[in-house]
Amino acid sequence: MEQLIAKLKSEIIEVLNLSELSPDEIDENAPLFVEGLGLDSIDALELIVLLEKNYGLKLGTAEEGKKVLRSVRSMAEFIRENNKG
Amino acid sequence: MNPVFVASDNIISPLGFTTTENMEALIKGITGISLHDNACFSPDPFWASMLEEGKLAEKFSEYANPGSFTRFEQMIICSVKDALSRCNLDFKGERTLLILSSTKGNIDLLDHATGSRFENNRIYLWHTAGLIQRFFGLKNKPIVVSNACISGVLSIMIGSRLIRWGKYDNVIIAGAELVTEFVLSGFNSFKSICPGPCKPFDKDRQGLSLGEAAGTVVLTVNREMAQDGCGISVGPGFSGNDANHISGPSRTGEGLYIAIRRTLEKADCSIDFISAHGTATPYNDEMESIAITRAGLHQVPVNSLKGYWGHTLGAAGVIESVASVFSLRENTLVNTLGYTSSGVSQPINIISKTKQAELNSCLKIASGFGGCNASLLFQKI
Amino acid sequence: MNENPAITGYCLIHDRQVVLSGDLLFTSNEKQPGAFFTEVYKNYSLNYPKFYKMDNLCKLGFLASEFLLKDKEITTRYSGEDVGIILYNAASSLDTDRNHQQSIQDRLAYFPSPSVFVYTLANIVIGEISIRHKIFGEGTFFVEEHFNPALMHEYVSRLFNDEIVQCCITGWVELNENNYHGALYLIEKTSPGKEGIAIFEPQIIEDIYLQRR
Repeated sequence: MEQLIAKLKSEIIEVLNLSELSPDEIDENAPLFVEGLGLDSIDALELIVLLEKNYGLKLGTAEEGKKVLRSVRSMAEFIRENNKG
Repeated sequence: MNPVFVASDNIISPLGFTTTENMEALIKGITGISLHDNACFSPDPFWASMLEEGKLAEKFSEYANPGSFTRFEQMIICSVKDALSRCNLDFKGERTLLILSSTKGNIDLLDHATGSRFENNRIYLWHTAGLIQRFFGLKNKPIVVSNACISGVLSIMIGSRLIRWGKYDNVIIAGAELVTEFVLSGFNSFKSICPGPCKPFDKDRQGLSLGEAAGTVVLTVNREMAQDGCGISVGPGFSGNDANHISGPSRTGEGLYIAIRRTLEKADCSIDFISAHGTATPYNDEMESIAITRAGLHQVPVNSLKGYWGHTLGAAGVIESVASVFSLRENTLVNTLGYTSSGVSQPINIISKTKQAELNSCLKIASGFGGCNASLLFQKI
Repeated sequence: MNENPAITGYCLIHDRQVVLSGDLLFTSNEKQPGAFFTEVYKNYSLNYPKFYKMDNLCKLGFLASEFLLKDKEITTRYSGEDVGIILYNAASSLDTDRNHQQSIQDRLAYFPSPSVFVYTLANIVIGEISIRHKIFGEGTFFVEEHFNPALMHEYVSRLFNDEIVQCCITGWVELNENNYHGALYLIEKTSPGKEGIAIFEPQIIEDIYLQRR
């Protein structure tokens, strides 16, 4: 899990062009949007692309999206749960 | 300051190749939006308003060889040709200018399969404008406006200013946009495409439908050319920026409100109806309802025509302005197709049924990516 | 009232150089536009993380406007809706258009990116500058084959005449593959004794662009 979280952090920095951040500076439990990293709507869409492209996972409803994209940890949990098979 | 009149116009869309054909379809409640399953455009089936294969080339072959022109160029030429045939304009003279309005122009040429048939320069909007200029033998170098989804309204506004300032006597404004895999995939990645025909301002709206169209408006300083005995003039117009976000509309409708307010300050009449942008994305329609209300226009009848033509991006402002001019002439308010009950927070007066009404003025508004907004007045003389 | 619009500042970013109102501010050996822009951004510690999200066209326009508007206090001297941004280029957003096309060219690796797609419109650069400097006024992006000082001068002068703007950022922001040329001008009404740094007329606009002054 910790490995996955670390990997996700670097991927997020890359796809969202957060060039001034290092992975250590991202708190995996902090909210990604508004507070925390202060991401916006385009970033959210870009994270959806990341899940599809790197993990082959599609988010269903907007509700599910909100839950999954809450924090780096919630994203990691979603990936682990859905990649079991 | 010179007055500015509408001399002629045209709309080309799946609903027809003239303004009249298109407006008759609108009044009958016919939409151009349908389900398409074409792997050249999208891996999945999609709803959009697209010209039937071959129909454009057939029309275009009356004027020139379709093989030598792109779809985008064919569409504009057909539209300008029809508009010019309906007015007695000295379009080859020194006092006439062409303005081209488009967001993506020949963008389908970036796809190697389509692009390899044409020279590289064809991708540039200035090249398209030059090609249209040469085709019609226009004297002046054209202007190109490429300003997201407000390009069309902005182009008519700029054209009317150039006449008002005495720089030209006539301005031909041509707006066009294709439905392409390029744009479709982009809006898909934005999760903005509706899984059915779009439903502007509706509580169940789920996004936009794309459309392709071309439209032309011919503006003139000559009152005699204001056609059909019921002349329309172009009044003041402004643009304004949200200064908030590059894709999300402002929550306060700031830029649109500023554009409308500045237009109303210069207007010498009240507003009889509003032709809204109404893309049917949750945020756009909500933002418009806020800006309209802030401007004190919440009781004014308002429609969105995106349910008929889809969102035609750089052409939208042009064809919807043509529809506004038609509405003024015919005293007809066209309904907001796809709308049943309000899904915006402000109680604006959305037209749900096409009806006759005494109309003397129309406010055309538009908003787009980059936080841009525009507002323009049309009036009966 | 003798208040003619004049050039009160300009910024050129071209050929690995940044020039502000005649002064050479920065040079570099970096040939890649993106890397060069980042070098400029870092050198001046501009502290605007959104910079990294922009495409190269927006980075070019953003940087030029940063230098152009520094210490000009336009937001305190003007109401935001009285400031206009009228920009021009030849290639529109073609550089980013190619990137987006790349992401959909292969059906087996079909991942269009919203943060790329949003920049496939040239006028986004007007949006970025507006957001940064709280500018709410008139904005238009024109596409022209070549730098056109006559059109630039005439259109902006008329906007001043009609009092549509009180202050205007205008100029050329072109980026196509590895070629870039940014030339932004700040135009303001001036009065005798406060003439600005150059007369706002086509020949001077062109001389500045070609660095003949």
